[in-house]
Amino acid sequence: MQSIVKMIATRLALGVLVLLAVSVIIFASVEALPGDIAVEILGQNATPEAVAAIRRDLGLDIPAIPRYLAWISGVVQGDFGNSLANQRPISELMGTRLSNTAFLAAFTAAISVPLALTLGILLALFRDTTGDRVTNASGLAAVSVPEFFLAYVLVYLFSSKLGWLPAISNINPDMTLLERMERTLLPAITLTLVVSAHMMRMTRTAIIDLLEAMYVEQAYLKGLSRRRVILVHALPNALTPIINVVMLNLAYLVVGVVVVEVVFVYPGLGQLMVDSVAARDVPVVQTCCLVFSATFVLLNLLADVLAQLTNPRLLHPR
Amino acid sequence: MPLLTLACVIIIVTYVCVALLAPVLAPFGQFDVSAGAYQPWDKTHKLGTDNLGRDILSRLMYGLRNSLGIALVTAIIAFLVGVGLGVMSAVGGGWLDQVLSRLVDVLMAIPGLIFALLLLSITGPSIWAMITIIALVEATRIYRLARGVSLNIATADFVEAARIRGEGLPWIIAREIVPNATAPLLAEFGLRFSYVFLFVSALSFLGLGIQPPFAELGSMVRDNAVLITYGEITPLLPAATIAGLTVSVNILVDWYLKEFG
Repeated sequence: MQSIVKMIATRLALGVLVLLAVSVIIFASVEALPGDIAVEILGQNATPEAVAAIRRDLGLDIPAIPRYLAWISGVVQGDFGNSLANQRPISELMGTRLSNTAFLAAFTAAISVPLALTLGILLALFRDTTGDRVTNASGLAAVSVPEFFLAYVLVYLFSSKLGWLPAISNINPDMTLLERMERTLLPAITLTLVVSAHMMRMTRTAIIDLLEAMYVEQAYLKGLSRRRVILVHALPNALTPIINVVMLNLAYLVVGVVVVEVVFVYPGLGQLMVDSVAARDVPVVQTCCLVFSATFVLLNLLADVLAQLTNPRLLHPR
Repeated sequence: MPLLTLACVIIIVTYVCVALLAPVLAPFGQFDVSAGAYQPWDKTHKLGTDNLGRDILSRLMYGLRNSLGIALVTAIIAFLVGVGLGVMSAVGGGWLDQVLSRLVDVLMAIPGLIFALLLLSITGPSIWAMITIIALVEATRIYRLARGVSLNIATADFVEAARIRGEGLPWIIAREIVPNATAPLLAEFGLRFSYVFLFVSALSFLGLGIQPPFAELGSMVRDNAVLITYGEITPLLPAATIAGLTVSVNILVDWYLKEFG
């Protein structure tokens, strides 16, 4: 038991270290790259006095290291600074958008994880049949097409032709859960298509590898039913790779949401980030980047810890 | 070669030919406003016109030419940087390896598209900014693979023999490591190229990549997306063009790895 706590603590510490390094990179890239934010805001014809004034307002006249320390200590306390475009606090801008994106991601996970795992197991059982080959090939195709292609094909089918679902996911906090889910269904299906293929293929491979193991053969020879062999003997041992791939794909959602939110005009963090990049609102972009990276790092960390916890050999070292 | 793979090769060759011959094949120039906006498909404009009245078929050909050219240049830069540094780290070892590997670890903790968006917000959208940024992001992924592959080769006896013989680092890299890593590196180049192609079109789709009036497949989808809600499939064509190429490259790489991997 003690070793588990120690393992989790080490991983967490490493995760925090990585996040700190990420924050340094995010901060430093603004410093290192050409382009003066003050000139960007005011335009090329600004007077030197006006540029100096805005630099002072933004704190750009302070040396980089104290400015980084001030920024990061603010971030830790939930103060991300103000937007350049409209002077509002960034935490206020992000508020509902963060929870909207989390809602979309959770909704996608709720559809895609059970779907991909069930299909993966079925494909492993009926491998080398036509169904297996077709699903496998379409899985390869689904990961290699652009997200906006999948999204617009779904809009074309379900919104323009059939009229079942709205093409634009304009949700707001006053909606009931059911209304929200209806509006979010198309973006969620798009993301499901993107992430399920990989999860399904990996589950299939993990199960197939196990089915060739000695103890599975032994279980069959003992006269156990196929169903029992798969669910009780093979599946628990396949958990480690499966959990890993599920977590990695959930982490991939972080990137996937950006394009999909733009297609469906979904009021999430991805949309905010893209709008802010177009407006050159660097502080907002930095914050979004930090939030996305933190989610990405945490999910990878969780994958690592869960993989260890589901592996008895690592849990009870001799 | 299976029939599916052969079909993919034919598709890829066709794409390359169309991209090279776009100025000859296209009935109109990429900037020519030749009719009213959103014309339906007819004899002169085989696939209709876009939001500004430009011929969609011509822009598809030029878009393919521009996107493919930029993706190829970016992928080559990323590959040279990634493989060069990766092999050097693996063979050279020492502090260079430590510094580069830790830096890549941290850069890879930031999702690629997100990091590209951050850098683009600082540099502003331009073709060269996009090429450099995507090349940097992809080079970190290539570095990982190239380092791993060459680390395996670097421990082989023939490399040890070359070292003892007194060969220098450049000779070992060029004559011992790279020739033995060709198969995985070639497969990686194929996959990376299709990622870069998707990356370029995703950024252009978001309005942050290749800027108008240049034709680009991703931005063509964005410009005409409104037609989809009216039940038109025209805006799906550039997206399908992208998908056709990336799927073909992936299937080809899959086959290549099974055959030579």
